Amino acid sequence: MFTNLLDAVHAAEARNVRLADVALEAEAKDQGRPIAEIRAALRRALEVMRGAIELGMVGDLKSNSGLVGGDAAKLRTGPAGPLAGTPFRDVLARALAVQEVNAAMGVIVAAPTAGGAGVLPAVLTGLALAKGIDDERLVDALATAGLIGAVVAERASLSGAEGGCQAETGAAAGMAAGAATEMLGGTPTQAYHAVALAQQGTLGLVCDPLGGLVELPCVFRNATASAIALAAIEMALAGITFAIPADEVIDTMGEIGRAMDVRYRETAGGGLAATPTGRRLARERLVQIKKS
Amino acid sequence: MVSLLDIIGPVMVGPSSSHTAGACRLGLLARGLVGGTPERARIELHGSFARTGEGHGTDKAIAGGLMGYRPDDERLRTALETAEADGLDYRFEKTSLDEETEVHPNTVRITVERGNRTSTMQGSSLGAGRILITNIDDYPVEVHGNHHTIVLVAEDVKGSIARIAGMLADNDINIATLRLTRKERGGDAFMVIEVDHEPPVEVRDAIRALEWVRWAYRLDKVSG
Repeated sequence: MFTNLLDAVHAAEARNVRLADVALEAEAKDQGRPIAEIRAALRRALEVMRGAIELGMVGDLKSNSGLVGGDAAKLRTGPAGPLAGTPFRDVLARALAVQEVNAAMGVIVAAPTAGGAGVLPAVLTGLALAKGIDDERLVDALATAGLIGAVVAERASLSGAEGGCQAETGAAAGMAAGAATEMLGGTPTQAYHAVALAQQGTLGLVCDPLGGLVELPCVFRNATASAIALAAIEMALAGITFAIPADEVIDTMGEIGRAMDVRYRETAGGGLAATPTGRRLARERLVQIKKS
Repeated sequence: MVSLLDIIGPVMVGPSSSHTAGACRLGLLARGLVGGTPERARIELHGSFARTGEGHGTDKAIAGGLMGYRPDDERLRTALETAEADGLDYRFEKTSLDEETEVHPNTVRITVERGNRTSTMQGSSLGAGRILITNIDDYPVEVHGNHHTIVLVAEDVKGSIARIAGMLADNDINIATLRLTRKERGGDAFMVIEVDHEPPVEVRDAIRALEWVRWAYRLDKVSG
């Protein structure tokens, strides 16, 4: 797999193909598996993503601790805001849905991780529905997203314990932005700028879940990271470029993650987890989990 | 080398790739050390596994793994309730494994018993569902679970590796990695052989039948 996103962009544009194509070819070569088999695995991932969205939209799920759940349904059926009826609101609902399912021990696709699993399915399936994009192109988009995530894994990190939330929902936003930009007709170079535009917007984001549980703020971070991805997609498709190359933005995420105090890396020692309310809720809910 | 399918995956029961999916995989490997669902299991949770494990279903995931459930199996949610019916008697403890060496925050030591066999392993969940077994029965090992793996203890006899490698080759099984450790010169040798294809049970039985092999087990590929 590539360790440099720009190499992948050049490889694709030299042959006038998409990032999805070079990603699938590289994976087939690395793993000694036919492309058809890789596509089949991605198709299965897409089905699981859709299943989680459907389940989460119903709104009767509660997490282990009872801290989160039911909010995706509010976006679906609750009062209208300024973005009602737009793909934007639908994408937010989908992101919450997947993450509420995750918190309730439902089945999801860790993409790239379980804590950041809402962003990619929300952005890709939400925009595919709005724009009439078929499943084979969604599978292509998952391949592109996998390529971007693999580069982030190599150059920085995909673990909140190592790099904070910028390495989980932030990486997911970069993956979703690049993949969706290509899915909607953008060039590999435009997808590259979309990755940079999304990832720059999440730099420095800490991992501070209450009680160390993948619940709060994780569920909402998936929605807000999806919003950042949508902003990046809109800008990149309009021809906006970001002067710092995506690979360097990813490196910056890694650098910030390494410098981040351990309190902000999934230990519940700082951030929202350490607020008076955060501590109280975590205490109460952990007692409840033990009783259940 | 990072695989695209490691990034878009695994398909898993939430909420945490490290504390749930990785924990389940550790249980699956411990199960392999006694060749099936253990009758008894003592599970010592260390670090973040001990602190936040309950909220992440780490206990359910490890018990489910011991019962043979994979990370995407929805039965993980109720594994603690169904364990008794499955013949698994489990006990969780919180511990601090920090001794001379630094231990990964997400670490567990699992002691499993089945029939007349008992085995203890220590392993860690490294993030994104990746795992590493660092110790089996006091032998230092490195098992990632991304290959089918054969583990065995043999008397330290000359030519033992060649003999076993030959048996695998005869069955068209390619060796990916092979590690040999022993606690002292002339003492028992511990072999961890990662192979590219699932070894048939007959191959395991043939290895077990060697008079200088004390025991041998196949550990399933649990990731990758």
